[in-house]
Amino acid sequence: MATTERQGRKSRSTSARKAADRAKANGKEAGQPPRVKNDALLDLYRKMVEVRLFEDAAQRGFRTGKIGGYLHVYSGQEAVATGFLHEYREGDRIITAYRDHAHALLLGSEPKAVMAELYGKGTGLVKGKGGSMHLFDVANGFMGGYGIVGGHIPLGVGMAYSLAYRKTGGIVQLFLGDGAIHNGAFHEAANLAGLWGRDGLNPTLFVIENNQYGMGTSVERSTAMTDLGSKFDSYGIEHEKVDGMDLEAVLDCAHRAAERVRESGKPFAVEALTYRLVPHGAADFLEKYRTKEEIREWRQRDPIGLLERTLLERDAADEDALKAIRETAKARSDEAVQFADESPDPDLTELTTDVYAGEMHVPAAGSGIGE
Amino acid sequence: MPVKTYRDALKAAMAEEMQRDESVVLLGEDIGVYGGTHLVTNGLIDEFGPKRVIDTPIAENGFTGAAIGMAMTGLKPIVEMMTWNFSFLAADQIIQNAAKLRYFSGGQVSVPLVIRGPNGGGVQLSAQHTHSLEGFYGHFPGLKVVSPATPHDVKGMMLSAIRDPDPVIFLEAGALYGTKGEVEDGDYTVPFGKARVAREGTDISLIGYGRQVNLLLRVADKLAEDGIEGEVIDLRSIRPFDSETIVASVRKTNRAVVVQEQWRWFSVASEVAAIIQEQAFDELDAPVERVSGAEVPAPYARNLELAAFPSEQQIIDAVQRVLYRVATTSATTR
Repeated sequence: MATTERQGRKSRSTSARKAADRAKANGKEAGQPPRVKNDALLDLYRKMVEVRLFEDAAQRGFRTGKIGGYLHVYSGQEAVATGFLHEYREGDRIITAYRDHAHALLLGSEPKAVMAELYGKGTGLVKGKGGSMHLFDVANGFMGGYGIVGGHIPLGVGMAYSLAYRKTGGIVQLFLGDGAIHNGAFHEAANLAGLWGRDGLNPTLFVIENNQYGMGTSVERSTAMTDLGSKFDSYGIEHEKVDGMDLEAVLDCAHRAAERVRESGKPFAVEALTYRLVPHGAADFLEKYRTKEEIREWRQRDPIGLLERTLLERDAADEDALKAIRETAKARSDEAVQFADESPDPDLTELTTDVYAGEMHVPAAGSGIGE
Repeated sequence: MPVKTYRDALKAAMAEEMQRDESVVLLGEDIGVYGGTHLVTNGLIDEFGPKRVIDTPIAENGFTGAAIGMAMTGLKPIVEMMTWNFSFLAADQIIQNAAKLRYFSGGQVSVPLVIRGPNGGGVQLSAQHTHSLEGFYGHFPGLKVVSPATPHDVKGMMLSAIRDPDPVIFLEAGALYGTKGEVEDGDYTVPFGKARVAREGTDISLIGYGRQVNLLLRVADKLAEDGIEGEVIDLRSIRPFDSETIVASVRKTNRAVVVQEQWRWFSVASEVAAIIQEQAFDELDAPVERVSGAEVPAPYARNLELAAFPSEQQIIDAVQRVLYRVATTSATTR
């Protein structure tokens, strides 16, 4: 057993490079011109930095006792959500699990409201009722963060049915972690998506954020079939892999995948190979399940660092411009923290609201389709 | 007024609302081509097509969760649980998502979902296929839980359920599907949270719901032969709960027996008894008695099954004790 463990660690120490190679073999072709222009890329860099600095501030808030409960930050995985949500169109629906801050921010939620939610304040995105794991911003298409691994996947598939049934033209981007793949809810939902998609009734884009670990249990220690995309073969859903640390690769893959789902009404899956550069939860400081070397190696492939190099190489920005972006982002996260800190607690009357629409409320007959 | 079976009244409610409102869709196992295990949805796939009457694979977690997602995005799904016994496989979806979404989204999301199907036992289906889950689902804030007993109520309450903006656990009594009663044509609703006085009486309140209501009516007839006038209350709805009607009845009769098929511990009858002592303690002339299912998994053999559920005699015995017509030593045996 001990030997296996050591071998496991040794093999993982090169997993960053291997992941990139695997994704390249399957993903974008070399030498393809970038689909996104330099100024747009610089804007996406700004968004990724904003997410990273927001998460840094959230971790500080957790350590200083300002944030309670659980806190799962997205640091290291930014290219995945940034690339896929670049394909968001009005009318689409986005759903994810509990590592959800980035998705809300990238869809346009006010950082102040998101931070205030983490701080448990009445000005929070969901009025201080959900916390870190339950961000919602329906006006921006965000149908929530969910705390039970795998439990949100059937919801996303049902939403896609609804969007197609109502002929809205929208798609669902359904984010899930590698850990959720082993849950029964995933398999039941993927089967329904494939089945309903056969009739053009399931425009679901599954995005697997494979950060290599379901909490502390690696993909290798979770399944004998580690090629997670292949799980979709059982359900008649096509899939590909992408290097989730390379924003341009993600943008290219996301664009093709989203267009395909939008046009066909059929589901499609992408396994984005990425890495959580931070602990699973803010209270997970021991990290006995992975080595410092492994984390160091993946840091070389930090999606923000990779993008900085690309931008500099292409003269899309100079060091000063990048520094200015980082400083502006820092100021924005500082403002969010200050707002959260100074905001009032939720009014106690909020304890009992939003349980029901109204205890005896029954609307008129045939109130029709619509959200 | 036309007479219909419970089954047909239920089907009429769904079919009529589907004609009025194209956001209403049905999902479940064998509800379409097969016609429904209990024939409640028989023929609806021919009228509304497979996009609206969706035959699902046997995957309760998956299709219940999908229905929640549909409800969050503009549809009004009705999920059939072939029987409620299978809902444990979907309990994560029902409890962790449907019941709580409005709350943890800070009021941004509604889940106008109905989950319906037969609940309870009585036809020798044994342990895994016999449960009465009203207490279980009634426990969770965010859910509404109803248990209609008559053809009239099942139609009116189904229409209320479909139009309700919150998730409704609609517990049908399988044993009642073939029972007949007067049912209005057309659109009418029976609101949730309003109990029904099924028989007026002055001597004792007999409280139940679902198929126990018919049992209580038979008991009341027998008691009347003995000069005892029982008032039968049909709760109709477990959550929201109509304590007003219960308390008003107990103020009149000063005595109550609560009857349920489910297990006694942590049950609906326990809650009813607690509410009566909280709100009408001074009106009571005797402790409230509960007549419940035996504290065992449901057995198969007919005689054992009959012994596991409330019988007329058990209820009459309880009534006699509450009226102090016999010694009260056996008050806690069931």
